[in-house]
Amino acid sequence: MTKPTTASGNRGLQLEQGLIFEQDTPGATAVDLPALPHTRDRLGGMKNTKRIGLPGMSEPEVVRHYTRLSQKNYSIDSGFYPLGSCTMKHNPRLNEKMARLPGFADVHPFQPVSTIQGALELIDTTAHWLKALTGMPAVAMSPAAGAHGELCGLMCIKAAHIAKNQGNRTIVLVPESAHGTNPATAALCGYSVESIPANSEGRVDLAALKAALERSGSNVAAVMITNPNTCGLFERECIQVADMVHAAGAYFYMDGANFNAIVGRLRIGDLGVDAMHINLHKTFSTPHGGGGPGAGPTVLSAALAAFAPVPFVVHDAQGYSVEEQAGFGAAKDSFGRMKGYHGQFGVFVRALSYMLAMGSDGLKQASGDAVLNANYLMARLSTELTPAFPGPCMHECVFDDRFLKGTGVTTLDIAKALIDEGVHPPTMYFPLVVHGALLMEPTETESKATLDQFVDSLLHLARKAKAGGAEAEFKSAPQLSPRRRLDETKAARKPVLRWTPPAAGAASQAAE
Amino acid sequence: MRYLPLSEANRRDMLGVIGAKSVDELFRDLPAAALAKARIDLPKSASEIEVERALSAMAAKNLNCGQGPSFLGCGNYRHHTPASADYIIQRGEFLTAYTPYQPEISQGTLQAIFEFQSQVALITGMEVANASMYDGATACAEAVTMATRVTKRNKALLSGSLHPHYRDVTLTNAKFLDLDVEALPPDPMAVEDLLGRVDDTLACVVVQTPGFFGHLTDYAVLAKTCHAAGCLLVVCVTEPVSLGLITPPGHIGADIVVGEGQSLAGPACFGGPGVGLFATREKFLRQMPGRLAGETTDEDGRRGWVLTLSTREQHIRREKATSNICTNSGLIALAFSVHMTLLGEAGFTNLAQLNHATAVSLAEKLEAIKGVKVLPQTFFNEFALKLGKPAAGVADKLAAKGILGGVPASRFYPTFPELTDVLLVAATETNTPADLDAFAAALKEVLS
Repeated sequence: MTKPTTASGNRGLQLEQGLIFEQDTPGATAVDLPALPHTRDRLGGMKNTKRIGLPGMSEPEVVRHYTRLSQKNYSIDSGFYPLGSCTMKHNPRLNEKMARLPGFADVHPFQPVSTIQGALELIDTTAHWLKALTGMPAVAMSPAAGAHGELCGLMCIKAAHIAKNQGNRTIVLVPESAHGTNPATAALCGYSVESIPANSEGRVDLAALKAALERSGSNVAAVMITNPNTCGLFERECIQVADMVHAAGAYFYMDGANFNAIVGRLRIGDLGVDAMHINLHKTFSTPHGGGGPGAGPTVLSAALAAFAPVPFVVHDAQGYSVEEQAGFGAAKDSFGRMKGYHGQFGVFVRALSYMLAMGSDGLKQASGDAVLNANYLMARLSTELTPAFPGPCMHECVFDDRFLKGTGVTTLDIAKALIDEGVHPPTMYFPLVVHGALLMEPTETESKATLDQFVDSLLHLARKAKAGGAEAEFKSAPQLSPRRRLDETKAARKPVLRWTPPAAGAASQAAE
Repeated sequence: MRYLPLSEANRRDMLGVIGAKSVDELFRDLPAAALAKARIDLPKSASEIEVERALSAMAAKNLNCGQGPSFLGCGNYRHHTPASADYIIQRGEFLTAYTPYQPEISQGTLQAIFEFQSQVALITGMEVANASMYDGATACAEAVTMATRVTKRNKALLSGSLHPHYRDVTLTNAKFLDLDVEALPPDPMAVEDLLGRVDDTLACVVVQTPGFFGHLTDYAVLAKTCHAAGCLLVVCVTEPVSLGLITPPGHIGADIVVGEGQSLAGPACFGGPGVGLFATREKFLRQMPGRLAGETTDEDGRRGWVLTLSTREQHIRREKATSNICTNSGLIALAFSVHMTLLGEAGFTNLAQLNHATAVSLAEKLEAIKGVKVLPQTFFNEFALKLGKPAAGVADKLAAKGILGGVPASRFYPTFPELTDVLLVAATETNTPADLDAFAAALKEVLS
């Protein structure tokens, strides 16, 4: 396909935009400040005498710069984003409005407790919802994201084993279909990781788990299982798994990344789970923000609750207070602190705003619609694509690349061609146990019309690939996006990770 | 329910295509015993107006910092956020995008990260910076584990000037990784001897500037001593506005600079979410945690950006990754970056000067009160005050007068009686001359 060339490089609404450093007007600023009072300097000898090198711009230039950058992004506001395991659901603007109430946004973490009763009530109420939805007795609110919540859960588990003089338990069993954060987290906790294979149904191989527990049971600290798992399937035998894990003296960590599939229907406390993190930025609609911030509160069983990290809110007849020091009072067995201040408070406000809006009935309907949408995609797409496992699936469905066999077209090519069709590609090549995987999570906030349009596009691409002769066209996709395929090898071989003034550029690159 | 587009007719049609009788049938893999037990006792769905009413009532129970003059700091500072900065981060294309895994349709986020990395590297005086960590405290803990990988040593020393939350998070991580980390006691007079403790078994020394009690310390000699012992110097910055006025840590020899970007990103929000800043030298790049955006070209030869060097990260390297971090603090990093762009060199240095001048004015007014002493000789926009009376009671009495007049040191150091009468006070450009006078008058009254 040939594209019209323009003198500016712009293409209609696709506007090229240089770096802020290339728009520098020395001395310019978009922030005018009140006059500087005359005082003596109390900096000692620490005053900087060198130029920092920041560019200067006016307010209209800055607003235009970021507006143009924003227009190069795909987003859930603008289109379908079926990124498996990421739960890209609608982010209600009410959440943003609530988080900006001055009584929430403009409160400082170290105000006297008497002046922040509403903030502590908000944390306590959010915790109450999370405990009620999971049927768990306790929740650690401070973890900052999913992986941080995993760390919280494993730290509680390690502290519990040490309290029982079982510090010899150093192995964590993780299914091979797990997200990479599971083994990475176990390593950060000083544990070694043993992988448990999946069976042909895409679930944990119970016999292999049993064998691993028999082999090294007295050294196993925990079993970490994502449920629903990364193949989009519910681990049917999770209660038996919990029993086996507990019989071996270990704890059962459930990765809650996919909680959106079961929220409002099933309480994980009824499955024998000891710890599970909840990604508020997935299940509870807080925005992903191009990579964060999230929040990963971690619910805990009675066996682990005493080891929870500080801080936590205490509610009694005198009102709300906060326990901030591990080793004292109600926090005497706490393993310590894992995050500054009181956790991701602004994310809690947004999540509670969503939970109050949905209610117990709305949340149950949401998980129902999420699972219905995923099964609908699976049913319609199975006419041309090859599902990796038989259904029903939960909130996401996974296809392998058998349907592309012999076409020369790969999973990556299909994904890039979907970009030209105006949708964000599904998760590619994950889970690792599925060859050439395409993992699709539609969420409950998509209409049937959106799903149908996506299915029609994808069926069209699958037929085109199978018909043959279109390999070159697929390899050159996407054609219509702000950029075409980018050279990732070049980026990694000679990393350019920051702007450098032209004169200093050569020296900086020589250092690498 | 307004967030759910499917109609009952849609659901029936879709079940027909699937070949299922009901939605419940799709959940048949869930254990029946557990399904039967699931009674969830929570309120039913609510309209927008009802949610707004409930949350506004909760928010109204807080005294917000804008209601009275506020002089609270300790790693979390109240600055003015330009209106356009909060507008830009609410654009849906930034707010509701995922991590930029498909670079062809994520150039906005990627270029913004590249500019953020460049700004952080410039203000810290370092060579490279990552795309952000959760917050300053977790960034500090990650810096220590990175130093142990770089040096292949497992000991670290934390200065008593380090923010106690940063210290605690670092100690928690160290405990679980079996690292030998020693934290020195709080150092309100900046008299601790770090030089004498550096030896060739240490992976790193961690200091903070401005220190938790306010001091500005020149760590250039410490940096040289560390390097001679093969040890890294980690410098924490909890108030990045200070970098508009004081010598950047990279210029005195820091090997890793970590910090909290909240103060430039937006309101305190009860302490979170913040944004962890993380910068280092290029030679340590492969040991750095977190995402990185790098420059490259597309098939048409046009400049673009991608996430790069991901073989350090958990989704590739699994248990051998440099960190388990996945979600970071992207949107807050964007807010930080937009504010920095709005400020530019001139605005950033002006803002820093105004903060310092306001704090100096406040110090002069407060040290004129009988019995009150400003502890640090040098400071930026925050300093410790010795009051001669228990500071927690003083802070409560000031709050009763509508003045958030500082944080008692005892909140962080309950087992150090010598800090009972120490109050930590910060001033920023949001404090007017009238605010300073009101604070001084109220403190005088409370102490008399």
